Amino acid sequence: MTDLTALTIAEARDQLKARAITATELTSAYLKAIETANGALNAYIAVTPDKALDMAKASDARLAAGKAGALEGIPLGIKDLFGTEGVHTQACSHILDGFKPHYESTVTSNLWADGAVMLGKLNMDEFAMGSSNESSYYGPVKNPWRANGSNADLVPGGSSGGSAAAVAARLCAGATATDTGGSIRQPAAFTGTVGIKPTYGRCSRWGIVAFASSLDQAGPIARDVRDAAILLKSMASVDSKDTTSVDIAIPDYESIIGKPLTGLKIGIPKEYRVEGMPEEIEKLWQQGIAWLKDAGASIVDISLPHTKYALPAYYIVAPAEASSNLARYDGVRFGLRVPGKDIVDMYERTRASGFGDEVKRRIMIGTYVLSAGYYDAYYLQAQKVRTLIKKDFEDVFHAGVDAILTPATPSAAFGIADQDLASDPVKMYLNDIFTVTVNMAGLPGIAVPAGLDSRGLPLGLQLIGRPFDEETLFQTAYVIEQAAGRFNAPKWW
Amino acid sequence: MSVDISTVKRVARLARIAVSEDDATRMTGELNAILGFVEQLNEVNVDGVEPMTSVTPMAMKKRRDVVNDGGKAADIVANAPVTEENFFVVPKVVE
Repeated sequence: MTDLTALTIAEARDQLKARAITATELTSAYLKAIETANGALNAYIAVTPDKALDMAKASDARLAAGKAGALEGIPLGIKDLFGTEGVHTQACSHILDGFKPHYESTVTSNLWADGAVMLGKLNMDEFAMGSSNESSYYGPVKNPWRANGSNADLVPGGSSGGSAAAVAARLCAGATATDTGGSIRQPAAFTGTVGIKPTYGRCSRWGIVAFASSLDQAGPIARDVRDAAILLKSMASVDSKDTTSVDIAIPDYESIIGKPLTGLKIGIPKEYRVEGMPEEIEKLWQQGIAWLKDAGASIVDISLPHTKYALPAYYIVAPAEASSNLARYDGVRFGLRVPGKDIVDMYERTRASGFGDEVKRRIMIGTYVLSAGYYDAYYLQAQKVRTLIKKDFEDVFHAGVDAILTPATPSAAFGIADQDLASDPVKMYLNDIFTVTVNMAGLPGIAVPAGLDSRGLPLGLQLIGRPFDEETLFQTAYVIEQAAGRFNAPKWW
Repeated sequence: MSVDISTVKRVARLARIAVSEDDATRMTGELNAILGFVEQLNEVNVDGVEPMTSVTPMAMKKRRDVVNDGGKAADIVANAPVTEENFFVVPKVVE
């Protein structure tokens, strides 16, 4: 029998519908793969085999009755940021020790309503703060990819590092993820997978542990563009419990795949050519431009003049929102409590021991920029710059550009415990230089694998679209995927 | 702008995070590195620019002012470290 974990979601869906395989067989194959690989990769921090098999059995019954949903019997991994009823939900933080919500996030509810099966919860940077998955309380995730001829462990990117690694290593058919500054797209690029951050408001944020509420957005990481389209259609919804979720019809994203690019105008922003960027990435970008041109798109040079200010503005806005969102972890209502001599001492000890260094750093920055006397100089200035960043994109779209092509990351995956990055937090932040503009402007962005570097590591390209025009991103990313081919990590684990 | 160690301790107090002398020293360096990085925002001319309040133009959705959920006290306290009869229990705050 062929390895069932090799099937894409689209392929598995067709075989399940044709009754060539059962959901129970498919789920069992994934559970076995997790059992074999997770010790080495650390992608899952909680596996739910009983729940998975129960859900698969129910899927088989619905398939037999001809009542299959869009994702019937498809086994998925869920980022630990999503609230899952009765199941480990800790944002990979010590401060949420033992937290098992009595509710289900809207995004995961949508997936289960469509018949998907939950395999378990995936590792991530603590509270989604990080670009390497090294800030997780549960330890780093290993990237299934290694450089040619090397045994050195690489990071899968972050914060959705567990999601990206699990998809790349075939430990789930697809995964949920979230993206506040690049946390879907950067790990997708580092692992040769496809990740889309939809427009702000496309997916409900209800039941997802909050990091920076004006930037957070859920999206899928998948093996290919079609699978990402299938997953996003199920994840997206308007929700009365999230007032920022929008009531705009959700298109059948899959149906746009394969449509020619004739008539599309793709913008190439000169500001994304940054100093110190490896030549290989520039080459890959040029290759992407050539592929889109060959497919009938017209290419135009554009300018997004405030690009360089997106990352500094982000490191004011996101920590400010985080310091306020994370105020709720006080040792009273959930998770960890460290006793103290009075209530304030209890708060301070609980938060000192419950939060990791990166989370503390961001809470401190956020508290400082919001504190009396500094609000105007930092926060207000950053929110004004954010208006300008968004206007850059609006001007370009107004001039007729349909989508923007950029590199996804300024480098390929780097080593676990990289000393150079550990010594300077700002260096780690630079990983998000190409992705963070998209969150600041609330736009959709997709990362798609486009090639391997000279060491054999995956590199991705990013496409940025108009608000709520995820369709054009799937359509265009598919052309890149067809031209570049698919990339699978050679199995060493 | 940069911060000194006493500012770091004051901010830690505001953020309700206990810090040791060593933590505060280390954090002073890290925070100054980040504040140095964000300094470049001052170059941007923001005359007449409105601060962003919502990334997608939208009117705040409102629901009817009625009770539509509730009766879940046991669910709400279920994850608390210390509870008593569906109340959160905290250290004594009033003498």
